Amino acid sequence: MPDYILSTSNRMAKRHAREKRFKWYGRIAIFISIAFLVFMFSAIIFRGASAFQQTKIALDINFSEAIIDPTSSRDPELLKRANYKPIVLQSLSNVIPGITERRDRNRVYKLLSAGAVFDLGEQVAEEPNILGKSKKVWLLASSEVDLFMKGKIDPNISEDLRRLKDRDIKWIEILKSQGRIKKKFNTTLFSSGDSREPEMAGILGAAIGSFFSLLVCFLIAFPLGILTAVYLEEYAKKNFLTNFIEVNINNLAAVPSIVFGLLGLSIFLNFFNLPRSTPLVGGIVLALMTLPTIIIASRSILRSIPQSIRDAALGLGASKTQTTFHHVVPLAMPGMLTGTILGMARALGETAPLLMIGMVAFIVDIPKGITDVATSLPVQIFLWADSPEKGFVERTSAAIIVLLAFLILMNLCAVYLRKRLERRW
Amino acid sequence: MINKTEITQEALSNLPPIMTANNVDVFYGKKQAISNVSLDIPENQITALIGPSGCGKSTFLRCFNRMNDTINICRVSGEIKFSGQDIYDSKVDVVALRSRIGMVFQKANPFPKSIFENVAYGPRIHGLAETKDDLESIVIQSLKRAGLYDEVSDRLSEPGTSLSGGQQQRLCIARAIAVDPQVILMDEPCSALDPIATAIIEDLMETMKEKYTIVIVTHSMQQAARVSQQTAFFHLGELVESGDTQAIFTNPIQERTQNYISGRIG
Repeated sequence: MPDYILSTSNRMAKRHAREKRFKWYGRIAIFISIAFLVFMFSAIIFRGASAFQQTKIALDINFSEAIIDPTSSRDPELLKRANYKPIVLQSLSNVIPGITERRDRNRVYKLLSAGAVFDLGEQVAEEPNILGKSKKVWLLASSEVDLFMKGKIDPNISEDLRRLKDRDIKWIEILKSQGRIKKKFNTTLFSSGDSREPEMAGILGAAIGSFFSLLVCFLIAFPLGILTAVYLEEYAKKNFLTNFIEVNINNLAAVPSIVFGLLGLSIFLNFFNLPRSTPLVGGIVLALMTLPTIIIASRSILRSIPQSIRDAALGLGASKTQTTFHHVVPLAMPGMLTGTILGMARALGETAPLLMIGMVAFIVDIPKGITDVATSLPVQIFLWADSPEKGFVERTSAAIIVLLAFLILMNLCAVYLRKRLERRW
Repeated sequence: MINKTEITQEALSNLPPIMTANNVDVFYGKKQAISNVSLDIPENQITALIGPSGCGKSTFLRCFNRMNDTINICRVSGEIKFSGQDIYDSKVDVVALRSRIGMVFQKANPFPKSIFENVAYGPRIHGLAETKDDLESIVIQSLKRAGLYDEVSDRLSEPGTSLSGGQQQRLCIARAIAVDPQVILMDEPCSALDPIATAIIEDLMETMKEKYTIVIVTHSMQQAARVSQQTAFFHLGELVESGDTQAIFTNPIQERTQNYISGRIG
């Protein structure tokens, strides 16, 4: 017996080295993927985190009845549209000394968002009793002031290169010294629709548009997909026609999503005359796109249900339909739901087909139903990323964070459902 | 062949056949799996189908409750009668047929539901129980008949898949009994079980035959000799010989049977 039989020979050393090498290849691959992921997430969070805060300016507003509601009508519509500019200007000049000239007055007024007066109007319309009284109110600052407060405007660069002038900065410093300017949690981002002014823009409209689209998508794609899969897998005879259908379903899954958008444009909008830019059409298009995914996932799950379960039920005298719906489908349901939710998550992130059917418009109102014009989260991200205002940069990232949060939530839902249904005996 | 069949009929003549197969052929696509098999199944007796692997005995068994219908390429010709009625007649409802002729499979296949639900499923879909109490008594009685009740009486709500292999197979027998069939087909029910579990099921079959007719496919000649009254030997898709179990094992007529039971083919 040679003495190297249990010790390391040259050959063995090579084999071990190969094994080690392969392990390291795997580890490096994982490390690179994680590094990319971390890089992407940290970049988005780094840029977007500041959007969750917003600068506000506190002013002591004197709700003078003579200016706001001279006729004492207390009509909410009139209260909303009343002229609040003089009141706000008065409060501003009370706080900041030396505002006398008209040019200065207009300039100092620009520290506030154009939406600040609307907020005041809403507030008064809601509680008219405030008229005639004086109250400290936090008003939305303009996007430039907001960016400065977040340290995104360098006051040391040449005045010509920034929209916020030295004079504005001096006023901000005065407000700061009085504790009248502060960063607060950005409720606007979650409570309003799109706007041309970054500080007034929110994602609620887009989120609700996405929700309605996905609702339509689910209501169409889930039953259609499940029934198709069950029929093809459990009932249909294997012949030329079913093979043809199967090949085509697989092909559909690989069709670029923009093609589905074109289909929606030419068929649903131009032929059926469904309302343009609405979650109804968006949902139908997304459903068409999601269908193949759901069918393929469901069929593979159905195929993995052991034949012995079907035999057991058939042997007891259960009909084909009883066998399918009492035993096979319940067992396959967790997998089918997982496939559906993953398909829906893909639909949530889909942009291209929605562009084709006009869900890319600038829409301020929050949609109230599936036939209202709307946009969706990814399209909103696309729109904001395209906007020239600097304030939209952080909002784009914030919207991406929200979209990712929704995607993670949906995936968690899939995991939870699967766990729950699996335990139900 | 013919005189052998006469012997069979003589030995079992006191019992009228509950099922009869006449000139049955089974094809899988173009391949013929069973050719020209004729066999009578006597009532309240155990008939064993034996033969080497691939001889078609399982295929033949599955003709009796038309389980072959589920296989697309499978085609059955000839005549199989149950209580004088051709079960392949177009008027026959397969669902009703299978409620009269139950089946126990090679691998225990309880539903992934509770023990109670496993047994209750059959009576429920056939509407055998009017009330909840009826259903419960059917389940308990079926479990008792399958000799499983004492072992599981305190955990009827646990999943059927949590039982041991032998218990699972008896659960499947209880499930088949619950529908109150006349014939129970068993496709190698003990092939995955240890000798003790096998012995329990063999004892069970002995008591079951008072109420049911049993047709069992088995690989084990000892099992066939132990439990059955009639034995049919299949080889290469043909029924070589059938008759009284004792006669087949002690004094086979055909040479092929002789070779098989002495272990020379198989």
